[in-house]
Amino acid sequence: MAEAQIKNYSINFGPQHPAAHGVLRLVLEMGGEVVERADPHIGLLHRGTEKLIEYKTYTQAVPYFDRLDYVCPMNQEHAFCLAAEKLLGIEAPPRAQYIRVLYDEIGRVLNHILNCFSFALDVGAMTPLLYGFEEREKLMEFYERISGARLHAAFYRVGGVAFDMPAGLAEDILAWTESFVPVLKDCESLLNNNRIFKQRTVDIGVVSAEEALDWGFSGPNLRASGFAWDLRKSQPYAVYDQLDFDIPVGKNGDCYDRYMVRILEMYESVKIIRQCIEKMPEGPVRIDNRKIAPPRRAEMKSSMEALIHHFKLFTEGFHVPAGETYTVIETPKGEFGVFLVSDGSSKPYRCKIRAPAYAHLQGLDFMSKGHMLADVVANIGSIDIVFGEIDR
Amino acid sequence: MTQALQDLGDYISSALSQDVLKAEVAKGELIVTVRTAAIQKVLTFLRDDANCLFKLLMDLCGVDYPERPQRFEVVYNLLSLKHNRRVRVKVMTDEDTPVPTAVGIFSTAGWYERETWDMYGVAFSDNPDLRRILTDYGFDGHPLRKDFPLTGFVELRYDDEEKRVVYEPVKLVQDFRSFDFQSPWEGMLPGDEKAEGKV
Repeated sequence: MAEAQIKNYSINFGPQHPAAHGVLRLVLEMGGEVVERADPHIGLLHRGTEKLIEYKTYTQAVPYFDRLDYVCPMNQEHAFCLAAEKLLGIEAPPRAQYIRVLYDEIGRVLNHILNCFSFALDVGAMTPLLYGFEEREKLMEFYERISGARLHAAFYRVGGVAFDMPAGLAEDILAWTESFVPVLKDCESLLNNNRIFKQRTVDIGVVSAEEALDWGFSGPNLRASGFAWDLRKSQPYAVYDQLDFDIPVGKNGDCYDRYMVRILEMYESVKIIRQCIEKMPEGPVRIDNRKIAPPRRAEMKSSMEALIHHFKLFTEGFHVPAGETYTVIETPKGEFGVFLVSDGSSKPYRCKIRAPAYAHLQGLDFMSKGHMLADVVANIGSIDIVFGEIDR
Repeated sequence: MTQALQDLGDYISSALSQDVLKAEVAKGELIVTVRTAAIQKVLTFLRDDANCLFKLLMDLCGVDYPERPQRFEVVYNLLSLKHNRRVRVKVMTDEDTPVPTAVGIFSTAGWYERETWDMYGVAFSDNPDLRRILTDYGFDGHPLRKDFPLTGFVELRYDDEEKRVVYEPVKLVQDFRSFDFQSPWEGMLPGDEKAEGKV
């Protein structure tokens, strides 16, 4: 029989595809079943966040950060608040920093649950996702109890956080850490040594150490390629230098390692959450500077000065001295940076948001080259992308 | 830390004295301004020199200063895992002058340059794939420029008669409101603490 020549053809993956994790349109050039080129078309969720922030005061800009990576909203607010605080030359009070770290780690667990187990769903395992979502629901309840919102919390403020912890919340979070570990162990046991799961993930989408650097990877994806690099350890912010935790590092840089790094990070996050609650000092949660933080409601009833401050802060906003900073934090997906340029007014002159998943999605092309079509889905799941932050 | 960064800045500017225009430390961050044409050379040096080893390009973006003759700044944020340091490299350009691409040095620059092109209209010469990335297919203009209005120029809706999405010029029901909260007397009265920059 004569050998048939098969022409390359392209298929359109998404934007309406459950394994696309949002609105990813992927144009795949296929040679038979093998991917020759993957060209992600992004921007379908572009909302012009950076442009909008230029027209808002610093306080009004915070809620936009919830809507970037909507899987772990508070972590990103943290980056913006730290950037603005750096330009202002202030620091949040210790209790506020502990609350921030506590909620950052809750955000990390929220994110990793969603990512690890929806990744498992992508490659064929449904049960862990259902277990995982029950835990996410509990965590979002903690979000709700402190900020009033399950998702878009808008809870961090420049100079602290909006509210103190309500009574009983700390105990409930502690109780949750006890109950969460067995659930996580259960889910893990369904996947870690599962033959089908390993066949779909081991040696798929291998990212070597050089490639990871060249393509600007960060976070768990970089650690899976063998770098012990975590901004919480290497460039500590908030109170991470006072906490005891480990950094899981992978070896092979394949989908399985990326999954394992995230799973192990969840145990570390639980450790950090416990330490935060134990070590959390008493004290104020907002900086005591009336030019930046508004006065208390009760004070406004009797003090003219307080009323004026309140009015000025919520109309004009506070002025940030001219300057620029690139401030980074370790969000669950990697290095989240805010490049903030201030011209001395009450609105940011430029606020560039460096989203980790943007660089990771760009790497999808080289990761998928030579793999089968079904492995593209595993790759997308394992690099942990959320379109809110990629498209901004 | 600041001293170490200052030393590094001095080292970079002495090694590349032809190309570095300014190296300064501000807010604990090292900022190196270089000649636009030399950006590839500078980035290669920063990546490979044993004292630098900035192997990761974390971010690349534009900033628009319409009042300057060269209105765009292109900002590169580099990270060295080895030395645990960051550096910010800046070049200036205008609407017509392309910046040499960094794709050959850091592959990750590809999408960041596409984004900068999309948002500011800064061209990057020799970028193999300089398409728009975040805006709509067929979009016109560069939205992050300071002279681009916040509302944009077109809005879209689904047209039930044509059975497709149609684009129309933006019609605002209410004029765009830009409030000026600055007090008109600020800094004008003698003895005003704000005039002397105390607050």
